[in-house]
Amino acid sequence: MTATVNAPPPPTDRRREPSPWLRFGARRVGRLLVSLFVLVTASFAMIHLIPGDPVRGALGPTAPAELVAARRQALGLDDPLLTQYLRYLEGLFTGDLGTSLSSQLPVSGIVAQRLPATLELAVLAFLAAVAVAIPLGVAMGVLTRRGHGRRTELAFTTGSIVVATVPDFLIGVGLVSVFGVGLGWLPGAGNDTPAAYVLPVIALAVGPAAILARIVRVEMVAVLEADYVRTARAKRLPARTVYLGHALPNAVTAALTLGGLLLGSMVAGTVLVENVFAWPGLGSTIVQSILTKDYPVVQAIVLVYGLGVLLANTAVDVALALLDPRSTIRED
Amino acid sequence: MPPASTRRWSRVARTPLALVAIALLVVVAALAVLGPVLWGADAEAVDTGNILAGPSARHWAGTDNLGRDIAARVLVASRLSVVLALLAVAIAVVVGLLLGTAPFLLGRGRAGRLVTAAVNIAVAFPGMLLALFFAVVFGVGATGAVMAIGLAGAPGFARLVQTLVSGVAARDFVAAARVAGVGRGRILVRHVLPNIAEPLVVNATIGAGTALLSFAGLSFLGLGVQSPSFDWGRLLYDGASALYLNPAAALVPGAAVLLAGLAFNLVGESVAKGLGVEGLGIEGLGVPVGSGRWVLPGRTAAPGPAHAAADAPDPADDVVLGVRDLAVSFRGPSGPVRPVRGVSFDVHRGESVGIVGESGCGKSLTALAVTRLLDDDARLEASRLHLLGTDLRAPQATADRRKLGTELAVVFQDPMTSLNPARRIGAQLAEVATHHQGMTRREAAARAVDRLDAVRIPDPGERARQYPHEFSGGMRQRAMIGMGLMGTPALIVADEPTTALDVTVQRQVLDLLSAVRDSDAVALLLISHDVAVVGEVCDRVLVMYAGRIVEDLPAAELATARHPYTRALVDAVPDMDTDLDEPLATIPGRPVDPADVPAGCAYAARCPLADARCRAQDPALVSDPHAPARRVACWHAGEPLPAERAVDLLVESP
Ligand code: SF4
Repeated sequence: MTATVNAPPPPTDRRREPSPWLRFGARRVGRLLVSLFVLVTASFAMIHLIPGDPVRGALGPTAPAELVAARRQALGLDDPLLTQYLRYLEGLFTGDLGTSLSSQLPVSGIVAQRLPATLELAVLAFLAAVAVAIPLGVAMGVLTRRGHGRRTELAFTTGSIVVATVPDFLIGVGLVSVFGVGLGWLPGAGNDTPAAYVLPVIALAVGPAAILARIVRVEMVAVLEADYVRTARAKRLPARTVYLGHALPNAVTAALTLGGLLLGSMVAGTVLVENVFAWPGLGSTIVQSILTKDYPVVQAIVLVYGLGVLLANTAVDVALALLDPRSTIRED
Repeated sequence: MPPASTRRWSRVARTPLALVAIALLVVVAALAVLGPVLWGADAEAVDTGNILAGPSARHWAGTDNLGRDIAARVLVASRLSVVLALLAVAIAVVVGLLLGTAPFLLGRGRAGRLVTAAVNIAVAFPGMLLALFFAVVFGVGATGAVMAIGLAGAPGFARLVQTLVSGVAARDFVAAARVAGVGRGRILVRHVLPNIAEPLVVNATIGAGTALLSFAGLSFLGLGVQSPSFDWGRLLYDGASALYLNPAAALVPGAAVLLAGLAFNLVGESVAKGLGVEGLGIEGLGVPVGSGRWVLPGRTAAPGPAHAAADAPDPADDVVLGVRDLAVSFRGPSGPVRPVRGVSFDVHRGESVGIVGESGCGKSLTALAVTRLLDDDARLEASRLHLLGTDLRAPQATADRRKLGTELAVVFQDPMTSLNPARRIGAQLAEVATHHQGMTRREAAARAVDRLDAVRIPDPGERARQYPHEFSGGMRQRAMIGMGLMGTPALIVADEPTTALDVTVQRQVLDLLSAVRDSDAVALLLISHDVAVVGEVCDRVLVMYAGRIVEDLPAAELATARHPYTRALVDAVPDMDTDLDEPLATIPGRPVDPADVPAGCAYAARCPLADARCRAQDPALVSDPHAPARRVACWHAGEPLPAERAVDLLVESP
């Protein structure tokens, strides 16, 4: 309904402030640093939070006491906590993530070798999700804008919530059994050929795509109610221009905030999908390392995942600020 | 349960999806209770002669690596799966409650803020990552996994509880209890928790679904339930390794965990939606209550028989806008609401017409209707609606769109929201020219700068590259007018163009509109609640009340208005003699609610001249026999007001 409210308080003129970007940058960097500190501390603390002696746990009850003592020595577990913490930090800055208990290889090497496959999977899946979700959400928003398409809306919201609920690893198992085992069309394991990327990327992208499409639809429906869309209609622009030129940029800006959360959760989502598809990334490694109690590797990979999440969130914040400069000012 | 909440709950159960979900949940619960009892023996029956077999008549989902029946194992596993998920959710809720209420209990001190900050950092990390972290700490196995998933879910619940608690804490009864010296802990238990219980339970239900699926994930990785125990995730883990021999071994437990997870999620989401409860989820289910499509959006109805008479006179050639029997209606909770109920008027070339009335009288909707900019859920009816020679009731062809795009300019009330925040001002003007006037981008950009200059925006070249938020309110409204001047407008429709502006810039915008009109003989339809503005800017004034025109008269003759409502409006205008210390005069009584228009004259309840006839019969808008240019709808038009009421008005505005 049209607003016929009389005489709202006169809006105040908002002039540009001295340097909103500087304050924005300082705030974001500050937040990132605090989160980083928490993350690093948590990954360091992890090994100390484990009840009992982690080395004894890793080597088993039958391991000779001398071996356990030697390992504890090698890990520096007998030093004062603060010393250990400082050494951990120093290692992080010099790229020394310790040594794997099971393979005796440097952890940084393991991470460097495994990280690219995981990154590929996460980034490709994110791009696929965005590429599907935005057109779908826009189309659904237009079809179900106010007074339109009740049935379409019901079908879409119900369908998308059901799809979004299916965990990625179940989608993966389903895809492998149908297209890998049943039809034999696509490889169900490894990352040796381009075709091998198809199923894992789909498995990881489907859920986030459904969620993102829902958000884009909701934003689109809201934006289509906005006054400036009415202005665009008053200019008698073609519907395509109204939707894509005027509504979409505003709808996407709002959807991006939640898209960032999705990107973060997709980083972690790779763990399960990698295990379904025997993907040679960090996800299969961390699970193996947890099972074999190879704590230095686990610590490092948890750190890398956490870092990925933080970077994804920060990247989205920055992108949001560039796309919509008002949000940087609004926050004060 | 009180009737109101019963009704709320029955609304939840009305959607088909919710019913399916509830039925599913009942089945899952029944399986969890009865599964191990009924199929426990089958699930453990080893048959080494028949291992890893595909589906058969005896084993419809096949057998595992010890020849045990997979279907029976899936049914039996429901108990452990559900119990573990519920335990995990219980941990998440309890820890979430502790963390979430801590800021309230600890007050604004450092400790409280520390907890809030910690929760904020924790929610930024995905649950899966937190679960892995805790799985390492608590060790591999069912106990460790319960702890891991419970603690991973805790930050989300803590955030929810925090939000809910601070919402309740701001309410009056909590403040009252605090003033009365009741301790924070006591307030929490007695006043706050009961008020947040409902959303908490709903979200815990959704959380149970999530926990169930996450648990399956951990078990699938081999980090959860360990052999010889088995939950659905563990069966999946075993099945996935034999996927090439018997896909059913993985698919059947997968389907089971999925259905159970969905059952919890959907029940929770439906209840959240039905009760209007704040959810952890990103968006509710979007299931509309009730059904039936009342609206024919954007389509116009054929004129009814009552309107037939108005078709007859063919308006003169110089009519820019011709409106007959215009009605706008919406779907209301109890039947259609008609905020505009039969409006007829013409605007001639170069004429300036004002529509004036209180808020809610239908004047803005009239403006939107005659420019075909009504929202989709409004329904428009008219026996004639011609704008610049185009029948607006018909769907618009490209040529009509081009004509309207260049010859009709619309200025809206709020310049802060009417310009697209994501696009540069210049581009927003220029697209009119590229779309309708065949200009190149460069020509259009130049024209936009020229038009910004024409509406007296200083430094237009620079300003065209700026975004709306860099403009002041007055400049935005001038830019909106400039946008209308990209073409060669024959009519400007301005809906409260100055209402949202500072008093100091209102004048400038009105002057600009007048200047535009004078130079090009543009017709103006000005919508305003301010009879003084309309009287000053317009040639003719249409006074609207409760969705109808009640008087139509030349602006110069406002002082001799004949309708009691117009007279009250005019009397309420402060003039030179008004004592500025007195409160501004208002018309006693309230405007009519469009959903509830009384019989007879709509103004009767507030009219000093109202009598029995007024309350029974609605007066038609008829021409004044003495002054054909004037129309009025009143049984007692021009009669003197009774003394007491006149005194009332006089007191308020001498
Ligand atoms: S018709 Fe009667 S109630 Fe209505 S305005 Fe005229 S005098 Fe008043």
